Amino acid sequence: MNTSALILMITVQVSVTALAGWFFYKVLVTKPMVEPDSYSENDDVER
Amino acid sequence: MSTNTESWGSRVGLVLAMAGNAVGFGNFLRFPVQAVQNGGGAFIIPYLISFLLLGLPLLMIEWSTGRFGGQFGHHSTPFIMDAMGKRRLWKYVGVFGIFSNVAIASYYCYIESWTMSYIYHSLMGTFNGMDQHEVAAFFSNYLDVTTSTTGIPYEALIFFLLCLALNTWILSRGLSGGVEKVAKIGVPLLIVFGLFLAYRGITLKAGTNGAIYDGTVGLNFLWTPDYTSLANPKVWLAAAGQIFFTLSVGMGSIQCYASYIKKRDDIALNAMAAGWMNEFVEIVLGSAVIIPISIGYLGIDKVIELTGIGGLGLGFRTMPFLFEQWGPILSAIAGVSFFGLLFFAGITSSLAMGTPGMGFLMDEFNWSRKNAALGFGLVIMILGLPTIFFFNQGVFDEYDYWGGTVSLVVFALLESILFSWVFGLKKGWKEINMGADIKIPLVYRFIIKFITPMMLIVVFFGSLVRPVNDDWTGQKIGQWEFHNESIIGQLKHQGIGPNKLWFADAFYSENTGKVDSIFLLRKKHYISVGYRLGDETVNSQNYRYMPLKHTLSIKSGDEVVKGDVLFTGKIINKVFYIDMARLLLMSLFVFIAILVYIAWRKYHQPQKTP
Repeated sequence: MNTSALILMITVQVSVTALAGWFFYKVLVTKPMVEPDSYSENDDVER
Repeated sequence: MSTNTESWGSRVGLVLAMAGNAVGFGNFLRFPVQAVQNGGGAFIIPYLISFLLLGLPLLMIEWSTGRFGGQFGHHSTPFIMDAMGKRRLWKYVGVFGIFSNVAIASYYCYIESWTMSYIYHSLMGTFNGMDQHEVAAFFSNYLDVTTSTTGIPYEALIFFLLCLALNTWILSRGLSGGVEKVAKIGVPLLIVFGLFLAYRGITLKAGTNGAIYDGTVGLNFLWTPDYTSLANPKVWLAAAGQIFFTLSVGMGSIQCYASYIKKRDDIALNAMAAGWMNEFVEIVLGSAVIIPISIGYLGIDKVIELTGIGGLGLGFRTMPFLFEQWGPILSAIAGVSFFGLLFFAGITSSLAMGTPGMGFLMDEFNWSRKNAALGFGLVIMILGLPTIFFFNQGVFDEYDYWGGTVSLVVFALLESILFSWVFGLKKGWKEINMGADIKIPLVYRFIIKFITPMMLIVVFFGSLVRPVNDDWTGQKIGQWEFHNESIIGQLKHQGIGPNKLWFADAFYSENTGKVDSIFLLRKKHYISVGYRLGDETVNSQNYRYMPLKHTLSIKSGDEVVKGDVLFTGKIINKVFYIDMARLLLMSLFVFIAILVYIAWRKYHQPQKTP
């Protein structure tokens, strides 16, 4: 691969992967809101 | 009261469902083709700028309007928009948010069914031993629904019905019990399949398994920047267009999914996570599969030629032959991976297309979830059948153009104006940031209010008056020549050629050349007209005729000029099917608008006192 192609590809792909990974990680680790929230799986009372 | 008591099971499930909604065939088939046709690596610059200035703002607008409408018990755009704007007109603008989904699902489920069929044929080894032309011919045979070369009669129809039944069944299981479960399985699996194929593509070595180039040659071709293309408006319009397709904005499905989120729950982080996940699949995986592999085996010139027939052609006509070079076991694994990832990309999107219509029927007409899912399946079957039986007559392309392209731009433009200028950005910005787990940069206030609507206006007018050969500088007002794919060019049937009448007594040649052959293929008769260059026929077109109904006016070897009569008799031209498809789409829009009116009347009828 030529240098400019390699630099562009690596810069874009690493940035996009890092941003996608970071946002998804934030979704995973953010504590859920106090009930009632929008999600049924963490409801306090069984439906 | 509404019967709609749906909810999401988990936040991760919602993000994966939203990402699945965005990730579709376009990530693997359309993006690399667009990049190749628009300057290789330089395409990525306008593409990323469009993502930041058009894609992300539209995601924020759609997530927040969806959650806002959900507070009033609305889960489809007609009444979400009605809650935002005081004028009655807005709910009819919201009709686009159901119409687009139904129109797109009608042909999208058909493509999805191809992937099911190709998984089956990859496993059965159908492609083993076929040469490149035979693999390409297999796809043409498959699309010719009345004949089957695989032993399954009406195979395309059967797979379509199976695919539709599967979609209907999953939708009838609800959001958390159906859509979310599929997303939790489908999105990770498609990423695994994509990583496997990307690895194979990048590590492809010239001289092994019949490859003539390394996989990196394809990557080099795709990522070498051509900065001169940045000055070409065509590249910018293509980049902005790709952002629409890839993020599924301007459709109404994001609003529907977001409408099940409660007022104080985050949408900002969710929107970013789903949006960037789609970009990861598109830029990282999508660019590393079909282009490196196809260039590795066919070379750059051949792949540029093949991209002319679009990503679908490249994916279904070519990839099975390339996988075949890897031996029977690995080709089966690669075939299942490639068509499997397309299937999961497709089904997570088609399920999202089902939910706005279902939400509308459940909210406004108190339909049960099962009945709403069945209703969706039935409508898609009725609208999808013409795309199967009249595929070669252009019905599929009409659905894609009007339902899957133009209406997305129109709807996105109108919703951005509603959000920023009618609903008001003060309230809108508050909606975006309410319960947010991340801080959205303040500059987006300005972008959402001014830049995004302006870009959408440019994209719309660019599509409306796109000039011939995409030459924006060489045109003069008053003598403007429209591209066949421009909205005006389409309305004028510019690309149709000389056969402009619905019904005619003579069929005219649509190209100039020599009558190369008059042949019989799969019990159908054709006339081939083209230029002969050595052993190859170039610019060749095949015209079907029926010997019992038509009389030939030419014989093999005759020179033919565009507009010359090829045969006479009773003829139904392609333009008839195209206009019928447009009529069908218009009727669908009017039908949904009438349902919206009926539902609105129910709300506003004076209560009778006993």
